[in-house]
Amino acid sequence: MKKSVFYGTLAVAAVAAGTLSAQTLAEVQERGSLNCGVSTGLTGFAAPDASGEWQGFDVAMCRAVAAAVLGDAMAVEFVPTTGQTRFTALASGEIDMLARNTTWTFSRDVDLGFEFVGVNYYDGQGFMVPRDLGVSSAMELDGATVCIQTGTTTELNLADFFSSNGMSYEPVPIETNAEAQQQYLAGACDVYTTDASGLAATRATFEDPSAHVILPEIISKEPLGPLVRHGDNQWGDIVRWTLNGLVSAEELGITSANVAELATGTDNPEINRMLGTEGEYGAMLGLDGDWMVRVISSVGNYGEIFEGNIGENTPIGLARGLNAQWTDGGLLYSPPFR
Amino acid sequence: MATITDPPSEGFRLSQLIYDTRYRSLTIQVVASIFIMLGIAFLFMNVVTNLQALGKDFDFGFLGNRAGYDINQRLIEYSNNSTHGRAAMVGILNTLLVAFLGCIVATVLGIFAGVMRLSKNWLVAKLMAVYVEGFRNIPLLLWILVIFAVMTESAPQPRDFRGEDASASMILFDSVAVTNRGIFVPAPIWGPNSGILVAVFLLSLVAIWAFRRYAHKRQEETGEILPVFWISLGLFFVPSILAYFVLGQPVSLRYPELAGFNFEGGIQLRNSLIALWFALSLYTGAFIAEIVRAGILAISKGQTEAAYALGLRPNRTMSLVILPQALRVIIPPLISQYLNLTKNSSLAIAVGYMDVRSTLGGITINQTGRELEGMLLLGCFYLATSLIISGAMNVYNNSVKLKER
Amino acid sequence: MSEVHAQTVAYVRDTMIPQEAPPPTEAGAIKWLRENLFSSWLNAILTVVSLYVIYWVVSHVAGWMLFGIWDAGSLSECREVRDATYGEGASVACWAVLTDRWDQLMFGFYPSELYWRPVLALVLFLVAIAPVLYDSLPRKMLWFTAASPFVLFFLLWGGTIWGPLAVAAGFAIGWAVLRFATPVIGDLGGIVAAFVVPILYWFFAVGPIAGALGNAIPIGIEFVPSDDFGGFMLAFVIGIAGIILSLPLGILLALGRQSDLFIINKFSVIFIEVIRGVPLIVWLFTASLLLNYFLPPGTNFDLMLRVIIMVTLFSAAYLAEVVRGGLAALPRGQYEGADSLGLDYWQSMRLIILPQALKISIPGIVSTFIGLFKDTTLVVFIGLLDPIGLSNAIRATTDWNGIYWELFIFIGLCFFVCCYAMSQYSQWLERKLRTDHR
Repeated sequence: MKKSVFYGTLAVAAVAAGTLSAQTLAEVQERGSLNCGVSTGLTGFAAPDASGEWQGFDVAMCRAVAAAVLGDAMAVEFVPTTGQTRFTALASGEIDMLARNTTWTFSRDVDLGFEFVGVNYYDGQGFMVPRDLGVSSAMELDGATVCIQTGTTTELNLADFFSSNGMSYEPVPIETNAEAQQQYLAGACDVYTTDASGLAATRATFEDPSAHVILPEIISKEPLGPLVRHGDNQWGDIVRWTLNGLVSAEELGITSANVAELATGTDNPEINRMLGTEGEYGAMLGLDGDWMVRVISSVGNYGEIFEGNIGENTPIGLARGLNAQWTDGGLLYSPPFR
Repeated sequence: MATITDPPSEGFRLSQLIYDTRYRSLTIQVVASIFIMLGIAFLFMNVVTNLQALGKDFDFGFLGNRAGYDINQRLIEYSNNSTHGRAAMVGILNTLLVAFLGCIVATVLGIFAGVMRLSKNWLVAKLMAVYVEGFRNIPLLLWILVIFAVMTESAPQPRDFRGEDASASMILFDSVAVTNRGIFVPAPIWGPNSGILVAVFLLSLVAIWAFRRYAHKRQEETGEILPVFWISLGLFFVPSILAYFVLGQPVSLRYPELAGFNFEGGIQLRNSLIALWFALSLYTGAFIAEIVRAGILAISKGQTEAAYALGLRPNRTMSLVILPQALRVIIPPLISQYLNLTKNSSLAIAVGYMDVRSTLGGITINQTGRELEGMLLLGCFYLATSLIISGAMNVYNNSVKLKER
Repeated sequence: MSEVHAQTVAYVRDTMIPQEAPPPTEAGAIKWLRENLFSSWLNAILTVVSLYVIYWVVSHVAGWMLFGIWDAGSLSECREVRDATYGEGASVACWAVLTDRWDQLMFGFYPSELYWRPVLALVLFLVAIAPVLYDSLPRKMLWFTAASPFVLFFLLWGGTIWGPLAVAAGFAIGWAVLRFATPVIGDLGGIVAAFVVPILYWFFAVGPIAGALGNAIPIGIEFVPSDDFGGFMLAFVIGIAGIILSLPLGILLALGRQSDLFIINKFSVIFIEVIRGVPLIVWLFTASLLLNYFLPPGTNFDLMLRVIIMVTLFSAAYLAEVVRGGLAALPRGQYEGADSLGLDYWQSMRLIILPQALKISIPGIVSTFIGLFKDTTLVVFIGLLDPIGLSNAIRATTDWNGIYWELFIFIGLCFFVCCYAMSQYSQWLERKLRTDHR
């Protein structure tokens, strides 16, 4: 009976034999599906719905890449990763890309050997407190008990923030967001700290959201973005320019509704280059000409993804803020398609 | 299985390596060791090539770097400026603390439940059966999560203690506060002369031990039984209390007070510690209860009857006849339950208790990316702890073992 | 004589008085109560305390559970229904999360049109295990048991039918070698060949043969990758695979630890102690974080398979200790008797020692299996979506964010049912196999 493992080893090794070299694109195309690492569950960013489909902001990024590379936004195998297993999963080739609200830091980019292809969400660490605590600034939190999610950059930021302001605090590390939420609501900690987007998402689901306030201080920069392995520049380029394409599409007014029409040719040369009616931009990436048309028609542009998953019309209700286009005072600024 | 055959008359032939039972075991061992060596070399070579390919080295230097994160429960001094190595030490001590506390409570609970399950009281026996089966058949992880959540939901918040018409109040003459962040108890302040008090207390412990030996010897010689329990109790309390007042109350207590967001002063037993402690104790206690029950049932009824026939009273029958025999059955599985409890304490991550798995094996690995070294250290720590515990308990087991002749 | 007595002694009653009912304190419910609940002061106090505990628990939990809401699409909907039915802020459970996410809790992300496959697999597993559990069933069924791992694998993962068949063929090859080559190259050579040939076959021939056959005659069902496994199905697959695979390995390790051969003995001891000395969660992290360091560069296989391997090794070490206990408990005479019959090592083990030793160790084996099944929940820490992992994922959706107890109670109940059934079986078997009369 030991042999069924043996067979399994063979079968799966044959299916998933990944190499660390520069062939990710060929492998993904041969396999017919994209292995995309996501969170095990983060409201608005990645979670399975009732029918088992993964939904969310990070999930849309995976779907966009799958649409570009494979022509089918649904051809994604989602691999849930924890804060601890995510980097190993990527380094070992178990996943082709990681889209799991991961902060772009120097050491992750350089020392751990990954390549962040861009930023798909500008976040920052914030604090949430119950309104009746009467706290209006993070500077009044001396001596507070703080719930944090462990295994992330948040606990380092928190330590830095409190020690640089000469305040003391009591950390309560919690493994998952759901546990932290339960602890916070029961009053086991005075403050809950995580990325501001997570705080807003969490607060939105409370029975009485107005009883809680998110403090104005943002104590860190958390540029979240998808990442790939070092060393496969072609694959890195594909993911990078899929992300840039989503951002540019919003800037240029290309939406899932009008992309088919625009793909027939427009007066705007950049739109034409992006949608493949001018130049050979797809071929330079190793893809076909209308890769971006597929991406936008299946998941929409950046703005549509944002509004559909975490925007103001969803229960999460995040404002665009820093994640608005540079023309609207935000930080989203895609390099040109030229 | 090796049988002795006559030495072959002719000289050594190669086929003897396979067919001659004297050489065959050697052949098998040599072949096996070659395979084992090859396997180990294969794994080792892979590690070397993989590390090279990833551009990583094998270096424990990260233990000397600044950790940068805070730990709430620290038995030794630690701040976010301390090193990763120090953080690992804090974690190790936390693991040992919860394992130690857990073992004690689990034993008490287990013996209680095991004896009660044999009770003649139908209701009590059934309740204990529900407890034992419930905890044995549901994963520990679930119990840890549930107990943690129950404690957080049911105990009052520190805020509830505030104000004139507070909805919660401190107990035991305003000295202990039970909150959902933990239990705050008064902390002792060691004044001058407290060293003498400690010395008196230790001396009285020595005296109890000496007296017990004396009483035992005397009973062996004359058959007279001294009231050991009461005298021990007296020796335990009286000298220390006398010394306490003679020395002018050198030790005072600092009571926890509500200040700012939290109670300050006093010692905080954090909820994560208590939840993990109770979950581990209740879970392991259920297993120990079964061991105790089986141990008592294993002693044949004739032993009790014979003891009664000799005129021993029931409590002496229990302590002199039944328990010593039952212990021999109970102790070996008890040891492995203690080991299990220690290893299960690695689930601390579920309630955010900062044990060695959460510090060294969690945050440190995550921040430094040194999973190979970190996991190796973690494994070695658990292995060493297990071997030490089982070694110590085996020594004890040998001392109570039936000396067979 | 009696007639004489009856006539001569006036005070001797000559008829039996009719049987009377015992006094009320010694009969029926009262007697039972008195004996079982109030036999002494201490017992009376214990009874009252117990009754209070039961009352307290029931009064706090029963209403919440029984009045729970079963029909809603999200937590906020649940709260609306609650407010409408029981008034604002009443404390009732929202069981609707179970009905809404039932499929996910059971099957994870397995394609819904293929749910029949895991269900059928479970049924077939029960059929396959039945002759092992109850020896009153016909022995012929054991043939199906032997084939079941391949059938189950094929049903769960799907893909081409030739893969499992080609692997199963290896056993047939091994048997054929043993049967036909032995007369030619001798006993030992035959046994060695029967091991070596199938292993070579599995390593080098299975892939090409299965591939070629699959291309020539494509018979198969839809392939489902392990990433789609989740919920209780994942717990069952890991648990059952671990149980099946760890038993033979555990027995081998136990024999190794009992062996006189120095190297084999020491290797087994070190293996068992190292595995047992380190918590499973550390091994699981090793499987997920480190295993690719130990494999040749470029190989990378399924996380679930790695977990199954680790769980198998872990429980094999525990089983080895249980079986060793059984081996040690056998009287020395059994070993000597086997030797005196002229049986060689494997024969004596197979025919004399192991059947008895395994029988003694059944309770320990079953409790190891229960432990293994419960330990499958730990995979949540490495990101596999077992029931507890899924409960986190479910709570991460905006629909069900904030739901807590209902999922835990349900998961706990499911585990309890499975584990309790196993432990009851082991107790039944223990009673059946008990030959002494105490």
